[in-house]
Amino acid sequence: MSEPLLTLDNLSCERDGRLLFSGVDCECPAGTLLQVVGFNGAGKTTLLNTLTGLLPAAKGDIRWRGDSIRSQRQVFHQELLYLGHQVPVKPQLTVRENLLWLGALNPPVTKDAIAEALVQVDLAGFEHSPSFALSAGQKRRVLLAQLYLSRATLWVLDEPFTAIDKAGVLKLEATMARHAEQGGIVLFTSHQPLAMAEFAVLDLSQFQPAPGEAYV
Amino acid sequence: MSDAQHGYPLGAGFRAIIRRDLTSVWRNRSDIASPLVFFLISITLLPLGVDPSDKLLATIAPGMIWIMALLATLLSLDSLFRQDYDDGSLTQFILSPQPLYLTVLAKVIVHWLTTGLPLAIIAPLLGVMLSLPSGGYWPLVISLTIGTAIMSLIGALGAALTVCLRSSALVLTLIIMPLYLPVLIIGANTVSSAIAGVGAAQGLALLGAALAMAVLIMPLAAAGALRISSNH
Repeated sequence: MSEPLLTLDNLSCERDGRLLFSGVDCECPAGTLLQVVGFNGAGKTTLLNTLTGLLPAAKGDIRWRGDSIRSQRQVFHQELLYLGHQVPVKPQLTVRENLLWLGALNPPVTKDAIAEALVQVDLAGFEHSPSFALSAGQKRRVLLAQLYLSRATLWVLDEPFTAIDKAGVLKLEATMARHAEQGGIVLFTSHQPLAMAEFAVLDLSQFQPAPGEAYV
Repeated sequence: MSDAQHGYPLGAGFRAIIRRDLTSVWRNRSDIASPLVFFLISITLLPLGVDPSDKLLATIAPGMIWIMALLATLLSLDSLFRQDYDDGSLTQFILSPQPLYLTVLAKVIVHWLTTGLPLAIIAPLLGVMLSLPSGGYWPLVISLTIGTAIMSLIGALGAALTVCLRSSALVLTLIIMPLYLPVLIIGANTVSSAIAGVGAAQGLALLGAALAMAVLIMPLAAAGALRISSNH
């Protein structure tokens, strides 16, 4: 095993004074494809939000390339691509305009790259469609197009398969697997059975706090 | 794959947000009309509600135009970060390597361009309706141009603090109002003293100094508030 890129060290997270999980240790070297599972409310989204730096950890530390992410937020965010539950696709803008502003927050993207990414997510020809005319699945696909535009190493995908059709799910799985093969890391949550051959699983149900420690 | 040394053009996100928000506003043009219409209607009704003599109107005109501009700005503030909070854009802003300061500044600039600046531009027209004396027009436009920019910047802090609340309008008003008072006092005073022949330079200099300070501090404070609000 190579040097881990991402390390979760004895991580505990709380929400509104309730301890969700505690003592999560996890090392992700380059090439990790990790599914975070757990029952509803186990803290999957909280875990993903915490390791991107959106939420503070209650206890423990998250390290990226050996250093705590709190000490190198900007460097870490350059290598991070986060797609959450919400779909930041502005209805009044066209598909291309949405990808242009989303892309500009990370490394700059060109119009050719956007056209290519839209082919990958089966939205070719929709560049100039207003986004309010898209279906829920198509809006998610606009977000997923970012996977083809991003140069980030670490992909954090919260329920990426929501509202995506079967063929789309297979293609997305292949894209995630390829990113891991190329030395990236993919962390994702999902409740669907997956066709992918190899991926690790982090089950948050195993890290539930003892009944007496649930409230802090 | 990525490399940590890769230089990120800092202005790219800033320009992209300005372009994005201006395009959005342009496509929903009717949204920006409401503060302007409020401004127009309230000033038009004023001479009907009070004694419409030139002398009285000329005395209260600077203060009235400034108060209505302040309320019109306040009306539009609640929506400053609302949509970005609801659809997750805010998360993308925070997780971007682009500094949040510049992103917030870009949003405030668009807010000012689409509310404060139009108010300042139509203010002379309303000055005519209230028989503003001739010496007051330029000071009115310039003081409102600077003043609305300050109010947009201060308002961004209030909007950022209250974006996670469900009914935020009242709290927002309570937070922001006290901070607006100095701007209102200096601004209206600038126009009055120009009309009285004392000169507007002193008031405009004060407003300029306040704008310089607000540009430095307010986006930073709003960025900090957004980081906290995004946790809820």
